[in-house]
Amino acid sequence: MNLRTTYLGLPLRNPLVASAGPLSQTVDGVKGLADGGVGAVVLYSLFEEQVRAQLEQAERDALLEEEHADLFAEATSYFPSVSAEPVETVAVKYLSLVEKASRAIDVPLIASLNGSSLGSWVQFARQLEEAGAAALELNIYFMPGDTSLAGPDVEQRHIDIVAAVKQNISIPVAVKLAPYFSSFGSFALRLVEAGADGVVLFNRFLQPDVDVERVEVVPGVELSNPSEARLPRTWIAALRHRLPVSIAATSGVETADDVVAYLLAGADVVMTTSALVRHGRDYSRVLLDGLDTWLTRKGFASVDSARGLLAVPADADAAGYQRAGYVTALEKAKSRYGSLVG
Amino acid sequence: MRTIIDGNEAAASAAYRLNELCSIYPITPSSTMAELADEWSAQGRPNVYGMIPTVVEMQSEGGAAGALHGALQGGALSTTFTASQGLLLMIPNMYKIAGELTSTVFHVAARSLAAQGLSIYGDHQDVMAVRQTGFALLCSASPQEAHDLAAISQLATLTSRIPFVHFFDGFRTSHEVNVVDLLSDDQLRDLVPEELIRAHRRRALSPEHPYIRGTAQNPDTYFQSRETVNPFYAAVPGLVTEAMEKFAELTGRRYELVEYHGDPEAERVVVVMGSGAQTVVKTVDYLNAQGAKVGVVQLRLYRPFPVEQILAAIPATARVVAVLDRTKEPGSGGEPLFLDVTAALGEAAATGRRAMPLVVGGRYGLSSKEFTPGMVAGIFDELALPQPRPRFTIGINDDVTHTSLPYDPTLDIEDPATVSAVFYGLGSDGTVGANKNTIKIIGEVPGTYAQGYFVYDSKKSGSRTVSHLRFGPKPIEAPYLINSASFIACHAWSVLERVDVLEFARPGTVLLINTPYPIDEVFARLPEPMQAKIIDLGIELWAIDANLVARKAGMGRRTNTVLQTCFFAISKVLPAEQAIKQVKKAIRKTYARKGADVVAKNEAAVDASLADLHRIEVPAAPVGDQPMIPPVIGAASQFVSTVTASMLAGTGDQLPVSALPVDGTYPSGTTKYEKRNISDIIAEWDPEACIQCGNCAFVCPHAVLRAKYYAGSALDGAPECFQSAPLNAAGFPGSRYTLQVYAEDCTGCGLCVEACPVKPIGGGNRRAINLAPVLERTKEKENVAFFETIPVNRRSRVDFANVRGTQFLEPLFEFSGACSGCGETPYLKLLTQLFGGRATVANATGCSSIYGGNLPTTPWSSNKYGRGPAWSNSLFEDNAEFGLGLRLAADLHTETARRRLAELRPELGDATVDAILGAPQQYESELSQQRARVDALKALLDTMGGGPRVDDLRSVADHLLRRSVWIVGGDGWAYDIGSAGVDHVLASGRDVNILVMDTEVYSNTGGQASKSTPLGAVAKFASGGKMTGKKDVAMQAVSYGNVYVARVAMGADPQQTLKAFREAEAYDGPSLILAYSHCIAHGIDMRKGLDQQYRAVASGHWPLMRYNPVLRMSGRNPFLLDSPRPRIPLKEYHDKELRFRMLANSDPEAAERFLEFGQDAVNRRWAEYEEMATRGAERFAADATRSDR
Repeated sequence: MNLRTTYLGLPLRNPLVASAGPLSQTVDGVKGLADGGVGAVVLYSLFEEQVRAQLEQAERDALLEEEHADLFAEATSYFPSVSAEPVETVAVKYLSLVEKASRAIDVPLIASLNGSSLGSWVQFARQLEEAGAAALELNIYFMPGDTSLAGPDVEQRHIDIVAAVKQNISIPVAVKLAPYFSSFGSFALRLVEAGADGVVLFNRFLQPDVDVERVEVVPGVELSNPSEARLPRTWIAALRHRLPVSIAATSGVETADDVVAYLLAGADVVMTTSALVRHGRDYSRVLLDGLDTWLTRKGFASVDSARGLLAVPADADAAGYQRAGYVTALEKAKSRYGSLVG
Repeated sequence: MRTIIDGNEAAASAAYRLNELCSIYPITPSSTMAELADEWSAQGRPNVYGMIPTVVEMQSEGGAAGALHGALQGGALSTTFTASQGLLLMIPNMYKIAGELTSTVFHVAARSLAAQGLSIYGDHQDVMAVRQTGFALLCSASPQEAHDLAAISQLATLTSRIPFVHFFDGFRTSHEVNVVDLLSDDQLRDLVPEELIRAHRRRALSPEHPYIRGTAQNPDTYFQSRETVNPFYAAVPGLVTEAMEKFAELTGRRYELVEYHGDPEAERVVVVMGSGAQTVVKTVDYLNAQGAKVGVVQLRLYRPFPVEQILAAIPATARVVAVLDRTKEPGSGGEPLFLDVTAALGEAAATGRRAMPLVVGGRYGLSSKEFTPGMVAGIFDELALPQPRPRFTIGINDDVTHTSLPYDPTLDIEDPATVSAVFYGLGSDGTVGANKNTIKIIGEVPGTYAQGYFVYDSKKSGSRTVSHLRFGPKPIEAPYLINSASFIACHAWSVLERVDVLEFARPGTVLLINTPYPIDEVFARLPEPMQAKIIDLGIELWAIDANLVARKAGMGRRTNTVLQTCFFAISKVLPAEQAIKQVKKAIRKTYARKGADVVAKNEAAVDASLADLHRIEVPAAPVGDQPMIPPVIGAASQFVSTVTASMLAGTGDQLPVSALPVDGTYPSGTTKYEKRNISDIIAEWDPEACIQCGNCAFVCPHAVLRAKYYAGSALDGAPECFQSAPLNAAGFPGSRYTLQVYAEDCTGCGLCVEACPVKPIGGGNRRAINLAPVLERTKEKENVAFFETIPVNRRSRVDFANVRGTQFLEPLFEFSGACSGCGETPYLKLLTQLFGGRATVANATGCSSIYGGNLPTTPWSSNKYGRGPAWSNSLFEDNAEFGLGLRLAADLHTETARRRLAELRPELGDATVDAILGAPQQYESELSQQRARVDALKALLDTMGGGPRVDDLRSVADHLLRRSVWIVGGDGWAYDIGSAGVDHVLASGRDVNILVMDTEVYSNTGGQASKSTPLGAVAKFASGGKMTGKKDVAMQAVSYGNVYVARVAMGADPQQTLKAFREAEAYDGPSLILAYSHCIAHGIDMRKGLDQQYRAVASGHWPLMRYNPVLRMSGRNPFLLDSPRPRIPLKEYHDKELRFRMLANSDPEAAERFLEFGQDAVNRRWAEYEEMATRGAERFAADATRSDR
């Protein structure tokens, strides 16, 4: 079976991609993912905040060491001088991982930056390219809590980041986004105009939880589940024939069927971390075998021939298409549960 | 290599490089030597023979000596570093090591011994207590000598086979920073060649050529055997001389066993040993230049006593010789050095070898008491009298036995080319650190010498520091404080309001003040006496708002860089431009590893400082009449207002002998007079939002939050700003509630804010108690004064069973000088609230004995009836045993009282006797009834006209009320040095309560690892991360079956803490409470201390549990698991603490590995605990003494 796929202009041996996550923290981890059979590996995300936090932490630590020094005759310090070596910053560590991991595997390694502002990303993106990243995924996770910020401002912020990064590097850039834009299709097209080589749909918005015992908000991260695939799949289907760039699907992959569903909707590649975390790195083999079996069973000769079969046709009115689906769904629900819409 | 270090580092540098093993235990002031050895070893630094020395921390100095003895018998070159009682703990081994003619050197920063009181400071009491062990004693007088003689003693011990104590004065030498020429590895290797080491190894035990050593001997041969070593001792002076000669060949620095300095035909001679020798030498030069004929004999080798060299050194012309001892031997004919010198001279005179001079003995410098040129001159003046006092003291005013000599304290013999600078700071502002840095900067300039010495007060929060710095073109040999300064800086305004910072000023002194006030107001804001002195002496006044400059530069409260820059700008000790360049260079060196941001901020602060530094115009006459703030506030006893006040004001040196208690007994409850006002932000109560839960008062480490409820009418006459709210409790209509902040005592630690469960809607981060800038101080004082007129709530009307109730109990541990936000003191405070009126407390040496009992004041206080905890500190190692003794005595007295009471039944009547003898005494209501009965009994006895039985009963009647015996201390005591004692006392079955305030590290001595330190935490002596897990002391105690055990953390569950304290105390048998105590040594933001306690519990690192034998007696499972299953990973707890982060930075792989093992241990232990919590009672041991199986 021919599973070959092109993503961001990169030829891949198959459309399954390990998305940014905890399995790609080390060279061995990345190698394990590639050995498991995936078509490409997106490295874990380096967070803008992480880089900044580390600098601030170093400063706080310096203060903590000094704060209580030399104030009492019996204790002129409270910590040993451990090392005179500068602390290895997370950024340096990340670059070194890109360099080593890209040499260790025979599939493309995609670096991932997570942030919400321009910051020093431009400079760092160039360093990632030099270190050997095949492409760059910009994960723009932005929650506009500032009520004075209008919708267009939010979009412009994304566009500016993409444009600035694209101007400075020559490797392809994919943008991982949240779905919460008033006209996502138009916005996605503007990103393409700004230079994006692909979009990754969607970023999961990690809503925090509440600890009632401590009366505190607690950040919560949970693995995705298949029902979460519906939102991205809907948008992939709607945009497949309207966006002239690569589309990657992410969230909610658990079985080979989930992979197939995404491909039918029109995804160029399907990403997963949750399934690999749950079942181990080698689980990609199970997913790929399942895909292979399905294609064979259905009589397809390649993954390309099945891709986008269920996308909204290029000539259809996409809004009307969706609305029709919506109405049908409600009718179905009514017959099962009674009227849901008043 | 020329470098600038203190005496400890100088000695350790040679000792480490010449040994294979360092067997260590922390004790001030020697800890630094051991810490450095550990750091060097962790960094992989080899000794001069190419191998990396092993450093092993033991559980006590006794243990360190034992391990050392073994290592020596095994043939390793071994050393140790110690002081004071630590050296005394080594004595048994010292006899063995010497008896077996084993080569080793102990490096000792000589320190006072705990007698009427403990002192961490320097004198020769410890080394004099080992002069009889058979060790040779070699004494250094300066940081340079500490380095050189460390090496010389190593050579001498290997050539002579006699073990050495190499000592130098604690603090004065160990902590003095000075220029030191370090020996290279090659020089050290040439000095101590490997052949000597091989000879040492050949003497080791080996099964290849077995023999036995350490036999038991009988009357037939022990005596003769003891005499076999005489030739070895006789050879020592010669061998040390040879070592010194070889050293001189290698380095050009020449030492002698005994050195004479002064007029060759001196009539008056002083004999002295240690740093004081430098002072005498300089004064002798000064006096001889004035035409005197005086001299000084400096001893370096004290044991074996070099009789011939002493005789040769004291000029034949000497008419009178004063021998100075830095020690005290009560009851002796004279101090040891005096007796030795007298015997040597007497023998020589008796055999006609020389004429006998008059020899007198003097004591000086105990506990680092200053020893100055003025005192030396005073001694020589005395020696000029026809009949000088045969025994004397110098440096104090002994108005009881009149031993002290008069002297002129103003005598100044310093080289005018020396720049002398004195800096007053607060411990937290970085003044001392910056000054150490300044010394390095200046000392690195070729042809310049620098010296620094730092004086601290006895508080751990808001402490005052005074730095004495000297710079000059000649080596600085002045081991005493500056008494005339060309530059003075006061880095904290609060200091100059309380202390005369111009004590050392002279005409034209340059004065730098860090001011919170606008520049044009600075002068007028100064206390009037200070203004007058500035005018009279023509002082050049400069000021800067360093806090503002630091804040603007993003450096928070750290003003050190700013003020250091100002010093360089106006002191002219170096050309300003060169100095600024050097300051920046030092910043880059210090902060490089902390990142570019930190470096940039500090550099920016340097530039900003110069712009904001201003010369202040001094008017012709003082402005206003602002007085100094008195040291004691409020009405106090005569003793407190004179003696304590003098100590607080920093004039304790002037107190005469008669002013001080003869047996070390001091009044309780004296911190309340200090009103230190150390924080600009303090707690502020919001009566509207408050739910009166008591959590804030519960956790307040300084007991500055006090709650009372009272009838509304009590508010008549309250100050306008006095806060009050309706009491939030059923059954008290019309009652009011006040939570009073003792504003002048609050340290602004913020734990109360963290503990407050109220988050008013829309209040942001606000709680019902918040931190706010200090209001007008007078209003705060009025409020507190009014609050104190409201009676403390009656104990019988307070529900002890919940946290809410405890806020109404009066704390009898208050306003301690512990670190702001201390994690230990809330537990002690709770102890006193619950049991203080009938408690005796045995306190192990450590943080708690320091904030609890370091003069001038104590936080242990009493209630309005004059009752409160009776507190004592015996030693570090024996606290559990000491506390058991208190229990045994109480039990004996109770027994006597009960017996006498029964005997007096006819006189006292059945009702009285039966009521007292049969009274239950578990609950507070029962105890208060018993207290009333005992009071009535005592009154009755007083009317009975005496007689042996009545008098006997009267003397012990108080013991008819159950006494609460508490044994408290830290983990260094309970897990390490006192571990065996704790274990034994728990096994005694007696009714004692042991409270371990577990900071998981030796906090008081600066953060050395204990067996409580968790796996992977970085601490001193574990700089590569602690390799072993924390000991589960709770389970050790549980294994006895009849010990009440609790593990508590009030930041996680205050209610469980309260329950455990009450159950432990009520239990008629041994109890052990392990209390998690967050600490500055964890490297946390202390405001988040309670959050960290929560994380410790939530991660399973510190599972809350109780083991209550009472439950077992009634057939129930005694093991209660009080915290929920771990709900956060261990990493989440670790990540918040620098002690764990340090390893993650320096060795991420090791950190990760330790974390995995740590998490495994947490999981495993939790599973075990869960299993235990669900067992049947029959699977736990029963107490054979009081229950069935």
